[in-house]
Amino acid sequence: MSRSRKITVNALTRVEGEGALHIRIDGNEIAEVRLCIYEPPRFFEAFLCGRSIQDVPDMTARICGICPVAYQMVSVHALEAALGIAVTPEIRQLRRLLYCGEWIESHALHIFMLNAADFFGCANGIELAKQFPERINDGLRIKKTGNSIVEILGGRAIHPVNVRVGGFHRLPSRDELTSLLQPLCGALDAAIDSAEWIAGFDFPSFEPDCEWVALHHPDEYAMNEGVIASTRFPAIDVGEYERDFAETQVAHSNALHSTRRDHPSSYLLGPLARLTLNRHRLVPDALRLANRIAPPSLMQNRFRSILARIIEVVSCLQQAILIIEEYRETKEAFMPHVAKAGFGCAATEAPRGMMYHHYEISDDGLVTKAKIVPPTSQNQRQIESDLCLYLPQLIHEPDEIIAAECEKLIRTYDPCISCSTHAVTIDRGPR
Amino acid sequence: MTNLPMKEKKRLAVFKFASCDGCQLSLLSCEDELLALADKVEIVHFLELSSHTQTGPFDLTLVEGSISTHEDEDRIREIRRQSRVLVTIGACATAGGIQSLRNWADHDEYLQRVYAHPEYIDSLATSTAISDHVTVDFELRGCPVDKVQLLEVVLAFINQRRPNIPSHSVCLDCKRRGVVCIAVTQAKPCLGPITQAGCGAICPAYHRPCYGCFGPCDQANAKAMSEHYLEVGVTPLQMIHQLRNMNSAAKLFQIESNRIESEHPTNRPAP
Ligand code: SF4
Ligand code: SF4
Repeated sequence: MSRSRKITVNALTRVEGEGALHIRIDGNEIAEVRLCIYEPPRFFEAFLCGRSIQDVPDMTARICGICPVAYQMVSVHALEAALGIAVTPEIRQLRRLLYCGEWIESHALHIFMLNAADFFGCANGIELAKQFPERINDGLRIKKTGNSIVEILGGRAIHPVNVRVGGFHRLPSRDELTSLLQPLCGALDAAIDSAEWIAGFDFPSFEPDCEWVALHHPDEYAMNEGVIASTRFPAIDVGEYERDFAETQVAHSNALHSTRRDHPSSYLLGPLARLTLNRHRLVPDALRLANRIAPPSLMQNRFRSILARIIEVVSCLQQAILIIEEYRETKEAFMPHVAKAGFGCAATEAPRGMMYHHYEISDDGLVTKAKIVPPTSQNQRQIESDLCLYLPQLIHEPDEIIAAECEKLIRTYDPCISCSTHAVTIDRGPR
Repeated sequence: MTNLPMKEKKRLAVFKFASCDGCQLSLLSCEDELLALADKVEIVHFLELSSHTQTGPFDLTLVEGSISTHEDEDRIREIRRQSRVLVTIGACATAGGIQSLRNWADHDEYLQRVYAHPEYIDSLATSTAISDHVTVDFELRGCPVDKVQLLEVVLAFINQRRPNIPSHSVCLDCKRRGVVCIAVTQAKPCLGPITQAGCGAICPAYHRPCYGCFGPCDQANAKAMSEHYLEVGVTPLQMIHQLRNMNSAAKLFQIESNRIESEHPTNRPAP
């Protein structure tokens, strides 16, 4: 008779938000893997309706305290698409700078406080700091420079106040930005050293094939705009996202599962996918570093996402320095506009992967419909499918080891569960 | 700082309910103080930071997030039982958070609008503050909380004193920062006069009205403020929306937005 085992992780740790994992093994078969998001629904898409478009970036920021800039960026882009607003090159660069700040601080938090501990059998970054005090201090310093960019440009690091439809409320002075240069250069050196350190970690081997999806831009490492590229299908415009991708609700989770409409398989978003699709768009020094310590042949391995993150940190720090050096003060903080009825959508790269928003607005500038598809809800099915493929090699281990190893795999995605849970509008059939 | 022996360290726990994680993250944003703090307290439960989790009792419990499910109503009572001092952090925990906008809406309709199978979802019709369910020893405001204030609160309670958190309005900080007053010079509905200080008056310094993310301050005259804005051209709907954000369920904001709604009818449903 085959023995049935149930393994439950009631509360995933070192991830943002709350989720659980349930595994059932019958004999030598993986019978079931369920990633459950029990974070309560918060109904953002419902209460955005009826609100002024000017309120949207302040409200969507509150979906996630870890990547508020991502929510602000994608929502203002979508609303500007609806209004037909094109921003000045200066505003565009400052938005990229703000996003660099968020990538730096969010990645640094994940790398040094949450993820690195897994490679040394530690329960958290503070414990790891006892073994590697300089590394963790460097990590915190890198994180702090990311936060300072967001603080200066956005007013504060979490839920910045300065982003608005059309641009910013107030542009920074040149002095405010150049004050960042020195700490940024220090952080860059620290990040390059950290990258070398991380490249030497002992990575479990796990490189299953799958579809990788990320934005792609012809001239730069895609952040705020681009086409939706994939390793399996031709690139599409962001406006075609809903034609090709869909969400379904599953009983075991408060977050919805995304798949391609015509192919019910999962796809992978985030730093590994971005590096795969956009490597040659890295800032030159970051590209050299990547080619040396993170060759493409190695970067299918989910556990190397920490290496992809630190390479993106290096690239963002260099990018931020370049943007600041080129910054000239201008008059226009934002593009003036009049409200008009319309529909607009946008996708940007949150630290954890591509995020898609669409809004319909009325002629008096109120939102009438909102759809928000965050990265974790898109990655959710991929995480489950990865677990199914990873589990067979663990099957003879005791339950606690299986649970701990699965958690490590989940953590490589840096799933941000507070965002994944908020509601995603259900599609009730073909259009 | 010297390493205190384990048994003298206070046991700190951090719990999360419906929220964005931003307030707990403020603790991790104390880049310069985090490792030193970890020497002073024993972090025994903090899912976002650590895989070591221990059960209570806890000397100091920080709670982020609002109560919005049946299960969470029970969970907060159990956490209260385990905690010597319980402090709520942020607008979600002290005032229901942005998710309390549902308190004005038809909850069933929200569920149906968002989920194909609402029956799978455990959700209450309201999102409420922690103090609506259990006794709270101290409430720290802000969406998110200010990290300097958060450190002050943690240090105060581990040293068994009251935290020194001012309760005056944003206006005073605005004056300190030398910012031109938006309420006086522009017809924009700045909530600075009725919002508690703590942020350092960020919004006016960035040329925009305060939207009340720190919730109501002491001795605020909300009616006088909103009637002034309504007279200078702000519409009732704008004024209601300004009050219905992250702190919409804080008493003062709630009463005032409801008052405007009944005394200055708008032809649109709010929120
Ligand atoms: S109060 Fe604001 S910052 Fe804090 S958890 Fe709630 S939504 Fe996030
Ligand atoms: S909304 Fe008000 S309280 Fe919040 S940061 Fe802005 S000025 Fe400060």
